[in-house]
Amino acid sequence: MSLLNRSYSVLPGFRLGFGISLAWLGLIVLLPLAMMIVATSRMGWPAFLGTVLDERVLASLRLSFVAAAIAAAINAVFGLLLAWVLVRYRLFGKRFIDAMVDLPFALPTSVAGIALTTLYAPNGLVGQYLAPLGIKVAYTPLGIVVALTFIGLPFVVRTVQPVLQELERELEEAASCLGANRWQTVRRVIFPTVLPALITGTTLAFARATGEYGSVIFIAGNIPLVSEIAPLIIVSKLDQYDQNGATAVAVVMLLISFALLLLINSLQWWSARRNGAQR
Amino acid sequence: MSDSYSATAEARWVRWSLCGVALAFVFLFLLIPLLSVFQQALSHGVGLYLAALTEPDARAAIGLTVRSAAIAVPLNLVFGIAAAWAIARFEFRGKTLLTTLIDLPFSVSPVVAGLMFVLLFGVNSPVGAFLAAHGMKVIFAEPGIVLATVFVTFPFVARELIPLMQSQGADEEQAALVLGASGWKSFVRVTLPNVKWGLLYGVILCNARAMGEFGAVSVVSGHIRGETNTIPLHVEILYNEYNFVGAFACASILALLALLTLVIKSLIEWRQAREQNQASGRVQLARVRRAGEHA
Amino acid sequence: MKRRLLILTAVMLLARGALGAPVLLNASYDVMRDFYKDYNPLFQKAWRAKSGETVTVQQSHGGSSKQILAVVNGLPADVVTMNQASDIDVLATRHLLAANWAQRFPDHSVPFTSTMVLLVRKGNPKHIRDWPDLARPGVQVILANPKTSGNGRYGYLSAWAWALRQPGGSDARARQLVGHILANVPLLDGGGRAATTTFMQRQIGDVLITFENEAEMISREFGRGQFELVYPTLSARADNPVAVVDSVVDKKGSRRQAQAYLDYLWSPEAQALAARYFLRPANPQVAARYAAQFPYARTFDVPSVFGSWQSAMQKHFADGGEFDRLMAHK
Repeated sequence: MSLLNRSYSVLPGFRLGFGISLAWLGLIVLLPLAMMIVATSRMGWPAFLGTVLDERVLASLRLSFVAAAIAAAINAVFGLLLAWVLVRYRLFGKRFIDAMVDLPFALPTSVAGIALTTLYAPNGLVGQYLAPLGIKVAYTPLGIVVALTFIGLPFVVRTVQPVLQELERELEEAASCLGANRWQTVRRVIFPTVLPALITGTTLAFARATGEYGSVIFIAGNIPLVSEIAPLIIVSKLDQYDQNGATAVAVVMLLISFALLLLINSLQWWSARRNGAQR
Repeated sequence: MSDSYSATAEARWVRWSLCGVALAFVFLFLLIPLLSVFQQALSHGVGLYLAALTEPDARAAIGLTVRSAAIAVPLNLVFGIAAAWAIARFEFRGKTLLTTLIDLPFSVSPVVAGLMFVLLFGVNSPVGAFLAAHGMKVIFAEPGIVLATVFVTFPFVARELIPLMQSQGADEEQAALVLGASGWKSFVRVTLPNVKWGLLYGVILCNARAMGEFGAVSVVSGHIRGETNTIPLHVEILYNEYNFVGAFACASILALLALLTLVIKSLIEWRQAREQNQASGRVQLARVRRAGEHA
Repeated sequence: MKRRLLILTAVMLLARGALGAPVLLNASYDVMRDFYKDYNPLFQKAWRAKSGETVTVQQSHGGSSKQILAVVNGLPADVVTMNQASDIDVLATRHLLAANWAQRFPDHSVPFTSTMVLLVRKGNPKHIRDWPDLARPGVQVILANPKTSGNGRYGYLSAWAWALRQPGGSDARARQLVGHILANVPLLDGGGRAATTTFMQRQIGDVLITFENEAEMISREFGRGQFELVYPTLSARADNPVAVVDSVVDKKGSRRQAQAYLDYLWSPEAQALAARYFLRPANPQVAARYAAQFPYARTFDVPSVFGSWQSAMQKHFADGGEFDRLMAHK
């Protein structure tokens, strides 16, 4: 550890880098967030707890976080796969697919929601084949997962992709020379290298999915206790001019996300350090 | 790549099935929605499609969107590089906390993000009252839109670079320093080329999201037609007017951003190939040395 | 340098305010766009003829409460044109306009109204005639979310008021009826237009509850042959109140123009324009001229049945109110 510290400190620019990050972070993120927490603190504990412990609010928080977790898991698997295929294989139309990965970010979320609802509604292009099987996507929690998967996909692909691109083939060749078969190489050499990026991408997809509003309201159905997401609760509180109630729910979402992100990031640092020590 | 069962390539059936699954996923989740956007946009012919894009309100919206992205993206680019440098190259207390704080804007619901800036700069806050007294407009004007955009795209570049720079380690930069390069030079000559893909993806994602952001911008924009409407807001308006052609036409412009990605990537790959040809000898040597270290 | 630039900008802004006619900003709710898009040129022409001034009118549209919050937080709207008096009352409680705003224009500052109707599929296969038919099992009802849209609120309150006005009507009866209707609601769209898309494009539901003028817009956009219009025996009258935002016009010096902008809504030309958008005009002569397109509908005024908008909102749509309880136990 101390060795690491000393060898790293050869590099210049820590103060500059750290200073810029902190200043920008403070201005753009921390100051507005603090403002929101101050606004919430004006309402006092009883009102705060009354707002956030409401049955509907709790149900919506549960839905938002669970649906986001499922969508992030789907994206972890398929995003990794997609990144792998895009970096490693020759494929007809690969460049086109590569370009399309960014689509979920570029499309305004409401358009994404409308397009997905059009496709997955019972009379839609995809939905009409699912309906006879008894699978309802649009206007159910499943629809929420579909929308959240859509908006989160680029995170995983785009964080894993550069790491795969920079991954040195020599390492795999070395593994091969040492007698490893393909599965062992993937599991022991490639996967550990990609893992931090994969975790980052999945975490970001998850974080983004918890707060997503625009695409979800079109496809969710928005029935209280069933398919009503937490951001919708915030919006409907604002519609009642209940700014305090809205920020209260927002603060709770923020705290939960913050705790989860901190946990994931800590785990990641811990594992990176352990791997580093092994190396 | 050989088809035989080896440690550097998968068996043919594995490759085929991986490609198949990936393609099916892309088809179901990306291609069909994209096609449906273009199908609706062009459903009444190319003439109406172009008319929807050249109408004054649409042009104003496109201009505003491009302007605010052109301010927000460079700001976050500088921040992202600075943060990644500090986090990936140095050990310090509270690093995990800093990283988590950088992630935070993603988990803040866009509506709330907008609301925060309204709380901060609205006329009912001290800051907002001060600004109003001095005739400066932040929210319900362009600065507010830029601020909201910066917020929602805040983590992209940093988060793209950090895992990449960590996986690469600092060996090369240290080597450059030892060989007498200045800090700045080693950054420009060694660090930047090494992270160029991550940097590119970061900027592209940042830009795509900056242009496509709806929720946060909708809260701070004031929705003044022809003035403070961005493309996503304009799309919503058109959709609510049952002007589906116009709505999807404007949305398709943003979808075309993806094609821009394609062009930039191809350009970089092409330049890289050329450079590599020129310097292939040197690169080969460096590679061998690095491979030796890892072994 | 920077300071000089600021001063210069300030001077230029002042000059623009003093010399040229001010730019009016009309903050309105979502679906009024179509009407004001045509109304603004009418007013500009009339105002130029009268005063020689060329006024620019800017439009801002969004969800009604979102728009009001924007004005509260500093959106410099000279006039607000809403679809629920309670929204403008919010501005009065924040002292952005006088509490007696409704008395400043004729007809309680409501230039035109609409009412709630039922849109059913062609041939009315489920035989829907009135509110109780929506409570029958097997009927799917599309209603915009009353928590986030005026459209949904007017629909909900119409059904409630109908039950109250029946012989032996009571809150308990009304709760039962509305509860059964809500049990038939498969999804809640965020706004009226989204609900329309669900009904027309996704082909979900047997009946759509919406404004009369929206039904006309729908037939223009989606074709008349696809559905039929049903007028229930009692419906809420949906007002479209307008007001000048005092704090803004006093600061901008645009009171004269703002006042004229809203006054002109009562002119025969503007009233006829409203009628062409299927908004029921306040002017009786114009209304008579367009009588053919407005069948008789028995309507009620929300405050007359529910006390006031404020109490209706509090009792029914606040968190934990009647609507929330009915949705939780459906």
